[in-house]
Amino acid sequence: MRTFALTLHVWRQKSAKDGGRFAEYKAPNVSEHMSFLEMLDVVNQDLIAKGDDPIAFDHDCREGICGMCGFMVNGSAHGPHRGTTVCQLHMRHFQDGEELWLEPWRSAAFPIVKDLAVDRSALDRIIAAGGFISVPTGSAVDGNATPVPKVDAELSMDAAACIGCGACVAMCPNASAALFTSAKIGHLGLLPQGQPERHDRALKMVAQANVEGFGHCTSVGECEAVCPKQIPITFIARMNRDFLDAVIHERPQSDRGGSG
Amino acid sequence: MSATASDTGGKFYGSTIGKKIVMAVTGAFLVLFLVGHVAGNLQILSGKEKINHYAELLHSSAGLLWGFRLALIASVVLHVKAALELYTLKNAARPIAYAKKAHRVATLASRFMIWSGYVLGAFLVFHILHFTTGQAHPSFDAHGDVFRNVTTAFQNPAVAALYVVCMGLVGLHLSHGLFSFTQSLGLSHPSYSARAKTLAKVVAFAVAAAFAAVPIAVLAGFVK
Repeated sequence: MRTFALTLHVWRQKSAKDGGRFAEYKAPNVSEHMSFLEMLDVVNQDLIAKGDDPIAFDHDCREGICGMCGFMVNGSAHGPHRGTTVCQLHMRHFQDGEELWLEPWRSAAFPIVKDLAVDRSALDRIIAAGGFISVPTGSAVDGNATPVPKVDAELSMDAAACIGCGACVAMCPNASAALFTSAKIGHLGLLPQGQPERHDRALKMVAQANVEGFGHCTSVGECEAVCPKQIPITFIARMNRDFLDAVIHERPQSDRGGSG
Repeated sequence: MSATASDTGGKFYGSTIGKKIVMAVTGAFLVLFLVGHVAGNLQILSGKEKINHYAELLHSSAGLLWGFRLALIASVVLHVKAALELYTLKNAARPIAYAKKAHRVATLASRFMIWSGYVLGAFLVFHILHFTTGQAHPSFDAHGDVFRNVTTAFQNPAVAALYVVCMGLVGLHLSHGLFSFTQSLGLSHPSYSARAKTLAKVVAFAVAAAFAAVPIAVLAGFVK
C-alpha cells in the first residue's frame, strides 16, 4: 500500500457573515485507498486531538449518489477526476508532496454555512417552482398504459441522474445553474406525464433560477466536464427550446380558467 | 392577474435565457451579413472594375442601403446591450472569485468572448471611419473608388496587420458564438451537436480567412 504526504490549503470561514481565509494543513500519512473525504477525516481527527476546530464539509452517503458532498479541489469541482463526486474520488489519483487547494462552491446563491459547506437551498427552490408533475393519486395505473419510447426513457434517466450537488454552478464561469435546471426540466419533459405542465415548468423554473441570482449559460461546457453524473449540455439546449416555446405559446390567465 | 404581452416580454427579456436568445438571433444576422460582406470583398481579386461596380450597385438605392444599415445597427446595439447586461449579472452571480480555478474543457474562444467583443467593437468604429466615412483614411476617395481606398490603405503594413489580427479575433469570436447560437436556440441534439461544434469552427475561420485574404493580397502585391 502506497502512503504519501500532502499539503492542504483549506478555506476556513466560521459563518456566512465571517470573512474567510486559507489555512495550511499537513496530511502526512495518506493511503492511496482512502477516499478524499476519508483523508479529510484523518486530518480532522488530528485537529480535534489538538483542540482545534475540525474542517466542516458536507457529506452523507459517501457513495456518490446523494449529492451532499462537494467542494473545489485545485479549482475543479469534485476534484480533477471525471464523472465522480469528491467522496468517490480516491487518493490514488494524487502524488506525494502535492499541494491541494480546497475551496467551497462560490456562488452568490450559495451562502457559505461554514468552511467548505454551503447552503444549496436555492436549488431546492428551483425544483419547488415547477420540477414536478401534478397527478391525481389513487389506485396505480396499468404499467404499460402510457407507452414511452426506449430512447426517451433512457434520455430522461440521463437527466434524472442529477443529484443536485451544485458542481455545475461551482464550475461555471458565470455561476449559472443552467445544467441543473435543464436536467430537472428535461427528465420530466421527455416523458408523457411531464407534458401538461411542460411550458409552465420551463417558465417558472427558469424564472426562479434568475431570482436566486444564478448567472447565464455561455455554452462553455465546464459544467458537463465536472458533473459527477456526466449530464451533457444538450439538456441546456432542450431547456432553452422549452422556454422559447413557452414564451411563444403562453396564454393569459383568463384563458386558462375555461368557462367555469 | 392576467398575463399581458408586456408580461411575456418581461418574462422573455427579463430572463437570462431570453437575453441569450436575443444575442443568438442578432449574432446570426450579423454573421450572415459578414458572409455577404466577405463575398463582396473578394471581388477585389477580380480587379478594379468589378469591385467598384459592386460598390456602386450597393449604393444604388439609398432606401435599401439605409434600411439594411439600420437593421445592422439595431443588431449590434441589441447584441452589445444583452452582452453587457449578462456580464453584469455574471459578476453579481459570483462576487468572490476562486483563489484557484481550473479550466477543464473551456476553449480560449469561449473564455474571452466579452474581450474579443470589446476589441471587435472598437475595430468596428475604426473600420467605419476608415472605409465608410473616411476620417481615419489618409487619402480617402469619397466618390466611390473603393479599389483605390482599399489598396492604398493595405499597402501600409501596420494597417494590413491590424485588419488581419482583428479578423483572427472575428474567427475566434464566431468559433464559439456559432456553437453557442445552436445551444441558445435549442437547436442542439446529441446526434449532431458534436458536429455543430466543429462546423462552427470551420465556418468561423473560413469567414475570417476570406476577410484576411484581401489585406494579405494587397500587401503581397497580388492586387494593385
